[in-house]
Order: sequence, then structure tokens, then C-alpha cells
Amino acid sequence: MLSRPSQDAHARSTTSSPTTLVSLRNVEKSHRTSGGATYVLRRITLDVAPGEFVTVMGPSGAGKSTLLSILGMLDADFTGEYVFRDRPVHALNQEQRRALAREHIGFVFQQYHLLDELTVAENLSVPLDYRGVGKSERAARVADVLDRFNMVGKKDLYPRQLSGGQQQLVGIARAVIGEPSLILADEPTGNLHSAQAREIMELFARLNAAGTTIVQVTHSDENARYGNRTINLKDGWMEP
Amino acid sequence: MTTSAPSIIAPSDADSLISMRGIKKVFITDEVETHALTEVHLDVQQGEFVAISGPSGCGKTTLLSILGLLDATTDGEYRLAGEAVSDLSPAERARVRNRQIGFIFQAFNLIGDLTVYENVELPLTYRTGDAALDPAERKRRVIDALERVGMSHRTNHYPAQLSGGQQQRVAVARAVAGEPAILLADEPTGNLDSQNGEAVMQLLQELHKGGATICMVTHDPRYAEYADRSVHLFDGRVVEDTTHEGKRSARAGSPVTV
Repeated sequence: MLSRPSQDAHARSTTSSPTTLVSLRNVEKSHRTSGGATYVLRRITLDVAPGEFVTVMGPSGAGKSTLLSILGMLDADFTGEYVFRDRPVHALNQEQRRALAREHIGFVFQQYHLLDELTVAENLSVPLDYRGVGKSERAARVADVLDRFNMVGKKDLYPRQLSGGQQQLVGIARAVIGEPSLILADEPTGNLHSAQAREIMELFARLNAAGTTIVQVTHSDENARYGNRTINLKDGWMEP
Repeated sequence: MTTSAPSIIAPSDADSLISMRGIKKVFITDEVETHALTEVHLDVQQGEFVAISGPSGCGKTTLLSILGLLDATTDGEYRLAGEAVSDLSPAERARVRNRQIGFIFQAFNLIGDLTVYENVELPLTYRTGDAALDPAERKRRVIDALERVGMSHRTNHYPAQLSGGQQQRVAVARAVAGEPAILLADEPTGNLDSQNGEAVMQLLQELHKGGATICMVTHDPRYAEYADRSVHLFDGRVVEDTTHEGKRSARAGSPVTV
């Protein structure tokens, strides 16, 4: 990873718009191979303003999921600069990155990532447990999000007792329970049929209208229409 | 040894780790009754490795849900480690489940934004009251479980940074970290290629040799051969119960067609 003088990082953050939530500058990721380096991402420069709903599209292997992992601070093995809310992510250590991501980012996964042996309410509580939220506050927030998502009647059910669409609803509820400023969604409707997919996308649109910034990876043109901007990746490059 | 369903049902065996007598499960949707389990009698002894197989719709996933206390029976008697568990309230079922049962699911169910360590630790944090673990004991169990599956060098990685086979090893570590009385595996190789599938089966076999009791649902006869006993379900009943003489020996007897 590049080490940059803090002055430089400071200068950079003043040159980009102060309203930027995410700012990537020349982000690259490569794997060393016997024949040199294989690039997964090339010179990615991208700003996302608060309130945007950005779609990342491109063929398989284009680097979409890698980009999402870097944005989500799950992958720090890249070169270039990543500034999130004026914090230089590229210069943070793992603990700092984790703390920053936990505070501000919610994840939605294609496979839902629910624990089958925990009830809906317990699954919703997971991110709060890892943020050190106290017990009564956890219970209050879980009750609140169950109410907002019309799932009060399902709180004691287990994931396998729910349809795929309902499971993803729980997945999204879990992502928003920490009140993140950014939601990252990786093919969130990839396992759903079209009616369920529409329901999920409309939910994202409502969350976005209420102020949450969203970056989604999708193959679906229909899903992309819910966003305000689309980025196309090909072989690791952002297409103009 | 192959037995068809016995004509006289033995009384519940108090020494069995699992003892099921006359288990029935009926689902009612839109006023239609579906009999998922018609009448299941099953004993599992401590230290057994049992494969549960059968065609889709035979009731094997329902049986695993009931074995794992994720679902209640409609009728019948289920004793787990000597405790009658068929009539427990959902909260009591959850308590017994959290202490006694470790789950390994087809989809791994690892949470993508938690590290390997945190994923393994997670179920332990849901133990409350008498079963609550202090932080030092929790840490010991997490590290011990990751060592048992050969993943202790990846504690700070995220699931997406691991191969499918490694993710499944972490899922196995999560299941064993609670030191459960029994491991329940639902198609644990379903999302893996054959090489990784074999590796997971070998891992389960190692755990079994170390004393773990395992019940595994699989539709794949190759994987059933890793177990030392095969239970075949059809139409919500056990129609065949075969104990293998040697590990990975070909299945004795062909499946019963009813």
C-alpha cells in the first residue's frame, strides 16, 4: 500500500468536493503471478456523493465484487487512495478500518448470510453485538426495525421458515439496523424471482430516498434503473 | 445389517443420545395437510456418524430441523441426551439447541462482513444464563475449533478472501466451537466441487474419530459412504437402516423401493 504524507491526504480532501462520501483515486489491485502481475482493478477514480444510488455493472471477472470489497473495507490489499468521510482508508490499520466500516457501512449479500439457527430477531441483532451496543438499546432497535419492515409477526421464525424474498428483507434490515451512511449490496436479488426482486429494489429506493447512500453490484438492467448512475467495469477498468 | 421398519417398536432407549419414537410432522398450508414425516423411529448412539438420505420430498430436511430443535413435532416423542424435548416451548428449545447442537449448512452461512474469528465466535455469544461463557473461555474455544479444522492462520480474514473449501472449514469450526453433543450437517458438500467435497467429508470423519456424533443429510450416495450408518427415508418413514462394516465400503443392500 502506498504511504502518503498526511499533508498530501489533507490537500486531496480539500480538492475534491466537501460533500463526497467516498473518494477513490487511482485505486489498483493485482495478484502476483508467475508471469508478472494480473490486474483485477486498474486506475479506478470514483467519487460518490451522499444520497447517491450508484450501480456497478460489468461481465463476470470485471472486478465488481473486488471493488465492493474495497469500498466496504474488507479488502485493504490495494494501491492508490481511498478516502471515506475525510478519513484516509488506505492509511488506516485493520482495527481502525473495521471500526470505521462498522460505524458507517451496511452490507447486503446475494446469499443473505443469515444464520439458520438464529431467529429473525437474533439475526437482526448481530451487527449491534459487534458494535458493543447495550442490551436494552439492542432490543429497542431490533423492535424498531421489525416494525419498519413489517416483520413483527416473523421475529421468532428461523430463516428456513421464510421465502427467499423474506430472507433478503431480513438481510437488508440487518444492514440498516446500525443506521449506516452507506449500503453496499452485492447482487442482492440474484437468488430471487422477479416479483420478489422488485419488492427488494423498491425497498432500496425508499431507503435511498430517506438519505442512505447505496452502491449496488448487479447484472440486471432493471435493477440498475433504480440507481441514479451506472458505472461499467470491464477487465478491471472503468469504462468512460 | 439391514432391517426394515420393525413390526414392534422398541420402547424409547434411555441410553441413546437421540431417541425418536413415532415422530410425525404435518404442515398445513391453505387448508392442505402435508405429512412430511409420517412415523419416524430413530436411535442414535453417542459417537455414531449417521447419513440420512432419500429422494427430494422424503422428509429428510424436516427430520434434520426437528433433530436440531429448529422445528417442533406434530406428534411423537423425542429425547435428546436423556431430556424429553418434544414438548418444550420455543425458548426452551433454543436453550437446549444452543448448548447441544452444532449446525453445518450447505450455504456455509458465514457472514461476509465478520472475520473468520468473529464468525466462529458468534453462536457462543448467544449463550445466556448458566450456559454463558466468559470471554477467556470463548476465546479458547474459538481458537481451538479453528485449529481443529486447520484454519487458525486465517483468523483475521473475511469469508470472501477464502476458497469455498476453506469457508466450509470455518463453518465446521463454528459448529464445533460450542462443543455440542451432536453435529447436524445439511448437505455440507452441496456447494462444493468434488475435491473440496471430499475434503469436508474427511474433516467430518476426523471429527467423528475424535468422538463427535454426527448426523448428515445428503442426497449423494458417495458421501453417505463416509458415515458408518445409513438411514434411508421415503415418504416420511425410515425404510432402510444400514450399518456399514467398513468405512467407505460400498453400501450394503440396494435402496428399498416401496
